[in-house]
Amino acid sequence: MTAEPPERVIRGAGVVGGVAVGPAWRPAAPAAARAAREAGAPAEEDAALRAALAAAGAQLGALMAAADADGADILEFQAMLLEDDDMLAPAFAAIAQGRAAEAAWAEAFDAEIAAYGDQGDAVLSARAADLRDLRDRVLACLSGAAVAQAAPPEGAVALADDLSPSAFLALDWSRLGGAALTGGGAAGHVAILARARGVPLVVGLEAAAHSADGALVALDADAGALIENPSARTRAAFAARRAAGAAGRAESAAAALRPAVTAGGAAVRVLINVDDPALLDSLSPQICDGVGLTRTEFLFHGAAAPDEDAQLAVYARILAWAQGRPVTIRTLDAGGDKPIPGVTVDGESNPFLGLRGLRLSLRRPAVFRTQLRALARAAALGPLKVMLPMVTIPQELEEARAHLDAACAQLAAAGAAHARPPLGIMVETPAAALTAADFDADFYSIGSNDLVQYVMAAARDNPGVAHLADPRNPAVLALIGRTVAAGKARGVEVSLCGDMASSPALIGALLGLGLETLSCAPAQVGAVKLAIGRVA
Amino acid sequence: MTGALDWIEGAAVIRDPTGLHARPAVKLTKLAKRFSAAVEVRAEGGAVWVNAKSPNAVMKLRAGHETPLSVRAAGADAADALAALLALVDANFDDG
Repeated sequence: MTAEPPERVIRGAGVVGGVAVGPAWRPAAPAAARAAREAGAPAEEDAALRAALAAAGAQLGALMAAADADGADILEFQAMLLEDDDMLAPAFAAIAQGRAAEAAWAEAFDAEIAAYGDQGDAVLSARAADLRDLRDRVLACLSGAAVAQAAPPEGAVALADDLSPSAFLALDWSRLGGAALTGGGAAGHVAILARARGVPLVVGLEAAAHSADGALVALDADAGALIENPSARTRAAFAARRAAGAAGRAESAAAALRPAVTAGGAAVRVLINVDDPALLDSLSPQICDGVGLTRTEFLFHGAAAPDEDAQLAVYARILAWAQGRPVTIRTLDAGGDKPIPGVTVDGESNPFLGLRGLRLSLRRPAVFRTQLRALARAAALGPLKVMLPMVTIPQELEEARAHLDAACAQLAAAGAAHARPPLGIMVETPAAALTAADFDADFYSIGSNDLVQYVMAAARDNPGVAHLADPRNPAVLALIGRTVAAGKARGVEVSLCGDMASSPALIGALLGLGLETLSCAPAQVGAVKLAIGRVA
Repeated sequence: MTGALDWIEGAAVIRDPTGLHARPAVKLTKLAKRFSAAVEVRAEGGAVWVNAKSPNAVMKLRAGHETPLSVRAAGADAADALAALLALVDANFDDG
């Protein structure tokens, strides 16, 4: 008997839940056959571009007719850009000066795409995906290459770097089991579209899939992972989950809207983790008691660090969405596996034990101060809390507090509306868990992913030590229990915001340790509340 | 749009919590295109007026939540254009 190749688990963020097992399938990329056509005189090039714009407009019109409201809105923005004379003028001007239509069009759009991405504005960066989408559609029309999309095999899992909104809408999702994308920063649109269709979707895969088209892969959008070479055991488990899924999803969706109460009658607060505020558009705030973790790394994916006003707008948007529910925002957690050019330190011998999280913020006071000012201004608009990542000793909390005090003083001097938000810490280093009572924190939130990794000395992404990275290990549970006890003794809230809180199988253990607040992935709220209801 | 035009001007505050994002920008430009008048908009504090009939230009204004948006129009139906655009912003882009 030949040995099966080992499973390879590629982690990502599950944005729409569910599981799928099926053949890997890569959608055809829009043909970028820019050189396929012989360039002619300016008048011919001008006519060629006008014909391509008309053809692209007709394609978008057809897609819009078949799309739902969200999809049609996205496509309409693209269709309007095709009629934006100011935007098209540089391309036609270049053609008049002798450029070929393809080059003129691509150069004009590339300049706009760069301008959208350059401003560090999350909303504009997301729109850059629309511009790329439109650029490639017109180029395909120019080259005469119809984007011939072969029908996917039944139940296939679509794999792509990123999917443009129109590419997403052009696929036959009734035949597809789910999708996994390496990209994710600009995936906001796609997440909204996938959620509306109940398509299991994982974005931000930490590595590209190696599987050849047609090779079987398993998608776990509940846990956020793509599994290559799934073993017979995994395949059977996924098939069972898929069968249970249809009934379970309806039950979870109903449970998500109810308060979480144990069988014994104890209320549990269920918060959500927010990776990308664009996803909030498709979520009802009624499913949760607030936001327990907002990651702010997405703000820093543009070319320039976001300024104070841009950050304030994002924080204000999340508060508005939450409708009075508390919103916890984590300050920048760069470093480790999350490098940010210009902020993090390159070439550290061991980034996970280096300058990351709060350690880095204290070394980059200008970046930190800007974020704290934006947070203090947002705190005037609603119940906002500030959480510090990767804290090790109380001195770090005190230094951060001094920065927050200074930020508030600057705002007061400038007459800017602001409030001083509660300041809490993530408990994710063994040192912080062992000495939690020594921190003068307004709240604690246990970051179980890093805590497991540091307690067990086992990397999250190394399959060779996956058996050691066990959240149920008594050493991990003892530190969680110790943190909960410290919070209760000090009279402050303790929550847990790592993957453990999104795993129904672990909920009983967590509540048994005294936790009363959990913060989980939005797609898991229903399953987590159902698990809470089964706890005695 | 040269400076020789006779502009009439007004302002309204953007109430959408995400600001002037794609959907409102599309509504604004579609409405502006119904008029023959030149129509331009400017976000508070911004130095430049941009063509309200260009969705790309309106999007790049990055006009945020609670930002006053200035509108100006010049031409035959300028008064109607100005009134219609200000009403759209006042109604939080809710006119379908």
